Amino acid sequence: MSGRGTQRRRGRRTDSTLAVAQGLGWFSIGLGLVEVLAPQALARGLGMRGHERLIASYGAREIATGIGILTARDPTPWIWGRVAGDALDLGTLATGLDGRNRQREKVGLALAAVAGVTLLDLLCGRALSARRSGRRLARHRDYSDRRGMPQPPEAMRGAARDFEIPRDFRTPEALRPWTSAA
Amino acid sequence: MRALVWHGKHDIRCDSVPDPRIEEPRDAIIRVTSCAICGSDLHLYDNFMPGMKNGDIMGHETMGIVEEVGPECRNLKKGDRVVIPFTILCGECDQCKRGNFSVCERSNRNKDIADKIFGHATAGLFGYTHLTGGYPGGQAEYLRVPFADRTHIKVPDSLTDEQVLFLSDIFPTGWQAAVQCDIEPTDTVAIWGCGPVGQMAIRSAILLGARQVIAIDRVPERLSMAKAGGAITINFEEESVVERLNELTHGKGPEKCIDAVGLEAHATATLDSMYDRAKQAVMLETDRPHVLREMMYVCRPAGTLSIPGVYGGLLDKIPFGMAMNKGLTFRMGQTHVNRWTDDLLRRIEQGQIDPSFVITHRIGLEQGPEMYKTFRDKQDSCIKVVIRP
Ligand SMILES: NC(=O)c1ccc[n+]([C@@H]2O[C@H](COP(=O)([O-])OP(=O)(O)OC[C@H]3O[C@@H](n4cnc5c(N)ncnc54)[C@H](O)[C@@H]3O)[C@@H](O)[C@H]2O)c1
Ligand SMILES: [Zn+2]
Ligand SMILES: [Zn+2]
Repeated sequence: MSGRGTQRRRGRRTDSTLAVAQGLGWFSIGLGLVEVLAPQALARGLGMRGHERLIASYGAREIATGIGILTARDPTPWIWGRVAGDALDLGTLATGLDGRNRQREKVGLALAAVAGVTLLDLLCGRALSARRSGRRLARHRDYSDRRGMPQPPEAMRGAARDFEIPRDFRTPEALRPWTSAA
Repeated sequence: MRALVWHGKHDIRCDSVPDPRIEEPRDAIIRVTSCAICGSDLHLYDNFMPGMKNGDIMGHETMGIVEEVGPECRNLKKGDRVVIPFTILCGECDQCKRGNFSVCERSNRNKDIADKIFGHATAGLFGYTHLTGGYPGGQAEYLRVPFADRTHIKVPDSLTDEQVLFLSDIFPTGWQAAVQCDIEPTDTVAIWGCGPVGQMAIRSAILLGARQVIAIDRVPERLSMAKAGGAITINFEEESVVERLNELTHGKGPEKCIDAVGLEAHATATLDSMYDRAKQAVMLETDRPHVLREMMYVCRPAGTLSIPGVYGGLLDKIPFGMAMNKGLTFRMGQTHVNRWTDDLLRRIEQGQIDPSFVITHRIGLEQGPEMYKTFRDKQDSCIKVVIRP
């Protein structure tokens, strides 16, 4: 089990962009767990009581995104998912800057922290997307000469109609008229 | 001898291992001249199939020359040239008598464990987990063939290795996928996956006379090969599969759908695919059945789903009620290779098809480990790898 784990990490760590992405994935899960498990404490700290359910739902989103990043072969769309989530977080936090909120300063700090992570998400997303389009542009061979049959498909259509479908592979008689009606 | 050996997830090595010996009277030993890497091997490479052990030899698409035979293997002799089907058959049990070789009742020597998992065991397979007998595979210099008097396909010297090697698996698999559709001349056959199996299924569907064949994938070079074989292509990353299929069938959906993808299906950020990824990661689900769901949804009522794509265990969120109410027919299974190979060998000899069109890479055993990765990641336009040990 541990052998498999290191194998995977080794394979991925060779690439720093992917390593950052993976870090962000774990971060998502960590933050998500806090939001899901302690929404009251967070709401209290930020002076945003009444938003507990919202915070918990954001937590669920973070966890899902984190799992996506860590398990997808290509984390690019998930990292962009984080960027979208960051925007939501920033928007929600901004409502806490209201002059009546006594925890305004803490909200400001939280905003700064989220903005920092957002920047990291953006940079990581851009780097991943660039790699992806690079890969897409990578030359791929054209196999349009690989027909595998002596004549063009049009001429080969039905060449094996002499083949008798065995009885146990035939469509039940009752379904035939339906499927053959064009 | 040297062989490609499984050591864990993403860890296949070219090792020195003991030569195989005759163990049972019906055995034969083959000197391997060509073998291939199959999409099914990738499920082992990615560690999605239960039942592999450190040290297992990979490979189930193999051919070669008979080196040695056991005393009861009377219809083979040293020097015979044979392709070895991936399904091991005894030829005598009830299922074998019906031609259902992939569920042979006697060739799986781990029948007691397999019975517990599957309810009733399936046949023995080469290089494909201990649930199917734990038989060492054929990506090696030599292969022991159990029940060799039945588990072989003799091939004439007039055909090259590359022309006949795929009789071992992907050609009959693509063929059986199309046969399972019982194609009528008016049918549209939609095929998910343009890997080697999909490519063979496309040509089989054309040869069996489908009016329209539609192939779905996202890898450009695979789509170009699908088109060469006569398919209309859909790139699922660029367009909506369901919309396009409906468009091409006057809004009615294809009569026949083939899943040549299996449990590692990809999807573009759809809700069901995120769900599968998450559940697979925390081991609440073993497979990602995105293609199956799509087929059930788009197939014309009273149509047929043919499933050569391999699944490993538990699938979640399968809209079975929809399938039931639409009256869909499901046909699936590992391929009954020898049931089709006499006929297919004749078609190759007659020149109706030359399965070697699918080969894109030719290597030696030492390059095997790195080529697994290339094939898995579809790098270097790789579609099918043939190894000459
Ligand atoms: N039933 C049998 O006896 C048998 C025999 C051989 C192989 N197989 C199985 O057939 C399947 C295909 O084998 P292969 O060798 O062609 O493998 P492969 O991995 O080369 O091909 C799979 C293809 O499916 C494509 N794909 C992935 N997600 C898709 C989606 N959502 N829609 C459409 N296409 C998608 C991939 O891009 C890839 O080209 C595997 O599951 C393999 O295990 C079954
Ligand atoms: Zn195979
Ligand atoms: Zn049998």
